[in-house]
Amino acid sequence: MSKNKQIHDVINSDYKLGFETLVESDTFPKGLNEDVIKAISAKKEEPSWLLDFRLKAYKRWQKMDEPKWANLDYPKIDYQDIAYFSAPKKALDSLDEVDPEILKTYEKLGIPLEEQKLLAGVAVDAVFDSVSVKTTYQEELEKLGIIFCSVSEAANKHPEILKKYLASVVPVGDNYFACLNSAVFTDGSFVYIPPNTHCPMELSTYFRINALDTGQFERTIIIADEGSYVSYNEGCSAPSRDERQLHAAVVELVALKDAQIKYSTIQNWYPGDETGKGGILNFVTKRGLCKGDNSKISWTQVETGSSLTWKYPSCVLKGDNSVGEFYSVAISSKAQQADTGTKMIHLGANTKSTIISKGISAMHGVNAYRGLVRVGKNAHNARNISECDSLLIGNTCNAHTYPYHEVKNMSAQIEHEATTSKISDEQLFYIQQRGINPENAVSMIVNGFCKEVLKELPMEFAAEAKELLNISLEGSVG
Amino acid sequence: MGAFFKEKTMLEIKDLKVSINEKEILKGLNLDIKPGEVHALMGINGAGKSTLVKTLSAHYDCEVIGGSITYKKKDLLEMDVAQRANEGIFMSFQNPVEVPGVNNSYFLKTAVNEKRVYQGKEEVDAMQFLKHIKEQTAKHGIDRKLLQRDLNDGFSGGEKKRNELIQLLLLNPDLIMLDEIDSGLDVDAIKTVANVINAMLDGKKSILMITHYDRLLELIKPDFVHILSEGKIVKTGDYNLALELDEKGFEGIGIKDESK
Repeated sequence: MSKNKQIHDVINSDYKLGFETLVESDTFPKGLNEDVIKAISAKKEEPSWLLDFRLKAYKRWQKMDEPKWANLDYPKIDYQDIAYFSAPKKALDSLDEVDPEILKTYEKLGIPLEEQKLLAGVAVDAVFDSVSVKTTYQEELEKLGIIFCSVSEAANKHPEILKKYLASVVPVGDNYFACLNSAVFTDGSFVYIPPNTHCPMELSTYFRINALDTGQFERTIIIADEGSYVSYNEGCSAPSRDERQLHAAVVELVALKDAQIKYSTIQNWYPGDETGKGGILNFVTKRGLCKGDNSKISWTQVETGSSLTWKYPSCVLKGDNSVGEFYSVAISSKAQQADTGTKMIHLGANTKSTIISKGISAMHGVNAYRGLVRVGKNAHNARNISECDSLLIGNTCNAHTYPYHEVKNMSAQIEHEATTSKISDEQLFYIQQRGINPENAVSMIVNGFCKEVLKELPMEFAAEAKELLNISLEGSVG
Repeated sequence: MGAFFKEKTMLEIKDLKVSINEKEILKGLNLDIKPGEVHALMGINGAGKSTLVKTLSAHYDCEVIGGSITYKKKDLLEMDVAQRANEGIFMSFQNPVEVPGVNNSYFLKTAVNEKRVYQGKEEVDAMQFLKHIKEQTAKHGIDRKLLQRDLNDGFSGGEKKRNELIQLLLLNPDLIMLDEIDSGLDVDAIKTVANVINAMLDGKKSILMITHYDRLLELIKPDFVHILSEGKIVKTGDYNLALELDEKGFEGIGIKDESK
């Protein structure tokens, strides 16, 4: 408990000295067992039901096997060689200690100096600033009855809602990584929008995740009560400095009758280098339940980072007339591998889903779209439109498409379109002959290719996404 | 001639040797172009006309294996594609490339601004750009609906050529290279092309055009007509050479056509 208070004090003050020491001393020893889970729960001062939840998940996880079906190649993960409660990045004393390459990236993104320090994991008072920024929002939101806090906070302040919805969309034993997350999750957002409330601002995890310097095992839960609306942005725009590291998050969305949730992600974890050394192994389970009639859940993701991505944001369309959408841009450059897509599970009548996936491969990148459209026997007049396009840059990259369709109701209408194209030398030459440099020429074509998805992002987010696309593909054209 | 003209030379090509896929196409070509001059390049297919124009634009296919090119007193071979473009070299494509997803207007505005930045000028904003486009297209009676579409995507042959003209007008280059801009165009469209080119000729801009037809040459009177054969310029004359060629054919003026 005393350690917990120390961290809390550091975060809430501008005490810079000793931050590194504190973090180091607070890192759990490597390894996973019941004691570690109990310690995590104790640190977070969780109620006993949540500890039980974790321990049950852990027991279950021990009996499960890591999935092998994805088109991904990575060395075996030693789960006993990971610390389960730790700031994933080393805290630094000044920007001078930060990799100059990372600083260059920040400059290109136009991130102010103070924020650069924050993003790079330098111990500064900006952490405090971001907390206060959030508090200001919180007051405004509280007036409307909107809850926006960390999961740990929700466990103590709103246990009845958390208990009701935790693992209600992604069950504990859903898959290997979700099960692991259920046992060891360390942080994440909790959002509840009361009935008939239109959340007046974009909710974002941008500050909080960076501020708390966590993010290995987040758990996010968003509940939109009847007739409400929320747009939530998840920005992992900090290029991480970590060694090869596991990131296994779970996100659960619940939209009740007439509610809408729009969830946007820009994922830019550290991708590793060209030889595939370092970078994040990103195993994420994201699922939304359109529980009530006329509800809608929309996922938009721009995946530019990670060494390896295993991610299928999905929608379970249970309510009649409910709508699921998935808009995705995934880049795999350098030695990145991405196996990503979606699942649209049509259960209710007149349910509709749209899938637009844009995969871009460059250098030695491997990109796979994997998508499932399932129409249950009671889902009369279900409709799905899928469009999966791949763009190849150069001759050493790969793109794959794995669409799966399971239809048990004859009234369903399903359309699937897939294209693969390549940026041709002649296109690049033509654009350059009009005075545009090669990198801008590529970025122009790539942005054109992705524009259907980018237009789904909130405005500031879209600008950031464009910059990121350019940076991610830098050097991919010789 | 001497020093006076030498000083005013825009482009000076000396003993240029170029190969494509390790096959030598240009075999020692010499050509001088001074500001304000109009040069026409004629010759049988495979003589190396397009190769010359592409080489001047730094096309990736063309490997310079000998000789030198000086442009505005600078070594052109040291510059990359975009740099040459921003130095005022414009190549109108025989087959303009389709680029789906890239808005034509956005593309052109980017190109205009890249050039302005290169010249140390301020970028134009969308409003200024639109105003400029409206003026230029209206002045020459060119339909600007093309600008709302994606770059050459699904354009007809005529639309592609018209789009090249719009780019030409807005980028306002110094050395205009036209690779068969008249091919596939009807008489009226050729007239539009000629009107635009003639309007742009201000005594400083130079033109190097490849054409098979004397129709275009009637409308844009060349100062020099060069006949290219087997990678070299074998004959140079004035407009009368084009007329002679039209009358007698290549063999009639002593050029062997080995493709026959």
